[in-house]
Amino acid sequence: MRIELERRPDVSKLFSILSPFIALGLTLIFGGIMFMMLGKDPIAALYSFFIEPLTEVWSLHELAIKAAPLILIAVGLSVCYRSNNWNIGAEGQFIMGAIAGSILPVVFYEWQSPLVLPLMMLLGMLGGALFAGIPAFLKAHLNTNEILTSLMLVYVAQLFLDWLVRGPWRNPGGMNFPETRTFDATAILPEMIASGRAHWGFGFAIIAAILVWFMMRYTLKGFEITVLGQSQRAGRFAGFSSRKMIWFSMLLSGALAGLAGIAEVSGAIQQLRPVISPGYGFTAIIVAFLGRLNPLGIVVAGLVLALTYLGGEAVQVSLQISDKPIRVFQGLLLFFVLSCDTLIHYKIRMMWYDLSETAGKGIR
Amino acid sequence: MSAEGQPANSLLLAVGQLTKLFGTFAACNGINLDIRPGEIHALLGENGAGKSTLVKMLFGVLAPTSGQIVWQGQPVRITSPSAARKLGIGMVFQHFSLFEALTVAENIALSMDPGVSLAKIAKEASDLSHAYGLPLDPHAHVADLSVGERQRIEIVRALLQNPKLIILDEPTSVLTPQEADRLFETLNKLKAEGRSVLYISHRLEEVQRICDRATVLRHGKVTGACDPRQETPSSLARMMVGSDVAHVSAEGTNSKGTVKLEARHLSAAARTPFAVALKNICLKVHAGEVLAIAGVAGNGQGELFDALSGEYPVASDDVILISDKPVGTRGINARRLMGASFVPEERHGHAAVSALSLSDNLILARSQSDRRAFLGGGPLGLIRQDAVKMAAKRISSAMDVRKSGENPPAGSLSGGNLQKFIVGRELDRQPTVLIVNQPTWGVDAGAASRIRQALVDLAKSGSAVLVISQDLDEIFEVATEIAVISEGKLSDIYPASELSREKIGLLMGGMYGKTETAETAHAH
Repeated sequence: MRIELERRPDVSKLFSILSPFIALGLTLIFGGIMFMMLGKDPIAALYSFFIEPLTEVWSLHELAIKAAPLILIAVGLSVCYRSNNWNIGAEGQFIMGAIAGSILPVVFYEWQSPLVLPLMMLLGMLGGALFAGIPAFLKAHLNTNEILTSLMLVYVAQLFLDWLVRGPWRNPGGMNFPETRTFDATAILPEMIASGRAHWGFGFAIIAAILVWFMMRYTLKGFEITVLGQSQRAGRFAGFSSRKMIWFSMLLSGALAGLAGIAEVSGAIQQLRPVISPGYGFTAIIVAFLGRLNPLGIVVAGLVLALTYLGGEAVQVSLQISDKPIRVFQGLLLFFVLSCDTLIHYKIRMMWYDLSETAGKGIR
Repeated sequence: MSAEGQPANSLLLAVGQLTKLFGTFAACNGINLDIRPGEIHALLGENGAGKSTLVKMLFGVLAPTSGQIVWQGQPVRITSPSAARKLGIGMVFQHFSLFEALTVAENIALSMDPGVSLAKIAKEASDLSHAYGLPLDPHAHVADLSVGERQRIEIVRALLQNPKLIILDEPTSVLTPQEADRLFETLNKLKAEGRSVLYISHRLEEVQRICDRATVLRHGKVTGACDPRQETPSSLARMMVGSDVAHVSAEGTNSKGTVKLEARHLSAAARTPFAVALKNICLKVHAGEVLAIAGVAGNGQGELFDALSGEYPVASDDVILISDKPVGTRGINARRLMGASFVPEERHGHAAVSALSLSDNLILARSQSDRRAFLGGGPLGLIRQDAVKMAAKRISSAMDVRKSGENPPAGSLSGGNLQKFIVGRELDRQPTVLIVNQPTWGVDAGAASRIRQALVDLAKSGSAVLVISQDLDEIFEVATEIAVISEGKLSDIYPASELSREKIGLLMGGMYGKTETAETAHAH
């Protein structure tokens, strides 16, 4: 027997639109089965996972806080992935952005001015971009695989942050806890609306999504990204440089991840700690694909994935289970998104052979 | 059309109503074909006629949708190439499946049963190759071999299985005329031994010369079965194409103008271990001229195109000149802005992006040269879709591009129609210099003659045209001047009227006459 993927002659428009929803539905079904196997009532579990967080104003604010970094990072990643540059290290760029942006409120904490906040944001973008510049340089000039280098640099960033907050940047008045001093009020990203905690990070995310969507849809730069992603050779024929595109896409996604990092630290945590991200940089990869690498789709996908974080916390409290179901849910979702997309473009064919009919002897 | 008066079981192979559907598209539609022992049977047809699909079914690469295959009187299902080999069917593909870094014997061993020692394989291969007049050194690395020698490996590899039927897919498209002659001798030896050969080609002259019978395919159907020696080339062509093909008229192209494109001692190192280095290439193309560069595939044509187009600029400025201005280090768009246009060999993924629409593929080549018409918004670089779509429409109607829908993805067009669009995209600019690599490779005869005529017309209107081609028929149709490229070196340029096929064949083998002695250049 042989299993073949055969390209479908024409792709159903309806199903390409429905695909993310089918993936979501399948995730819910299999998530329910998982809860059942854990001995919990699946309906109640799914309710507290996916519905309960949407019923209260404060938790909607939490949703926006969690969605902001996911959307910001995923929008940058979509440019990378569309141009065939596989930046897997957004988590590291997020952390380095947070560190670079925190230089002002941690080291120069005495300087208080309205300029601090914008400078922090710029420094955050710069930090993320420079950190993404390392795999960009390695790929553009030494032809290394950016998947490996960008991923490995995540651990460098995590350990660097750990060292900073336990060593040179530790809060002198902080009872030896591994934390920096808390940020001054001038260094804290303000709330967007008065009803809750959601800060301007969410605003940045929406603005970034719209700008990148506009670029991809209407400009020559967006066209260049698409062409180089589809075929480097055709890009060269058009006079586009794939080397410059490595730099452009990596620096852009690094800057957006860095902005997400400093916005999260400045708006939500308000100091640096050894761990500042529950894996936003990795979850954003799922967001990017669930949003079909389209910045507007990513906004929706970011909200959905943010819900899995909130829901995961909710079931920990209400059902007394560990935080692992969050990762399982996210994994299931990515798996179903990718397989639904594949099955829309291809169909599976099982080829059964009756061995007795095959000509020739001794074919196994 | 089972052979009349022939009992079915004396046939080596009989194919009945064989059909292969891809989705709703019938690549092969009710094909009947029979092959007798000890004959050379031609399978004729244009690109896309279904020849390759048919032989892939015979060799177990594709499974037929319906129909039957009868081998020596027994209905069989051929489920894999190894099943086909066990039956006694050998195949030599058009595109070789050889590992360049391995030796000849190692490559052959890969397709044999495991457990046979390499030394034994080397010995057998060497004996066999000499017996059939295909000399091969089993310990040579494939990377060092010519295309003709690589084909010999494939043939020897097929012969080692002691097949009753050997399928050859367009074997001479990569050979010089002299190498082809040698191949024909081998085929006749095989035939004398009682083996059958299924010979796929679209070259009528060859088919008439060596084949006993021919089956002609068009659009997936059999349109004729005949004895090619009883037919004329034009009657065979009519069966293949379905109608008479327009003749390209090259009259009135002989008025020479100023030099528009020039290469002065152009050399370029090979970019990859398996690429060809360009060595000291000198050429001049005048306004009103079509210079054709002939040569066997893989002798530096792609590299020459890359250097002349500026996709890979060279180290110094004054080795390439467009309209007398040095451009060697400039990129492709800088050269386009000086009035040059380029058509690369590969349509999908080089000249065009298959998934993008025709209008997007128009911007691909002309975003800078037509910046003012196609882009707006200053530094933002907004694409003016309406202007681009209009131009794409203009090109489609000028070149008679048949397409489904207003602005379909490039990948949905047939090879010929996409190539017409790609050539039209450049002609639409009225370039002063046009450089084309393999303008009609894999294109149906109607589209090919349309494209060739357009090249000739462009030269007539005063532009300089450089055509790189493997197709000698094409070269004689369009060229006013001819040069030959071999192993990265270019021969002198001759007026087309002074060259015969035989002379070109010698030049393809690397015999330049003037500059080198013939013996040393033709080592194998």
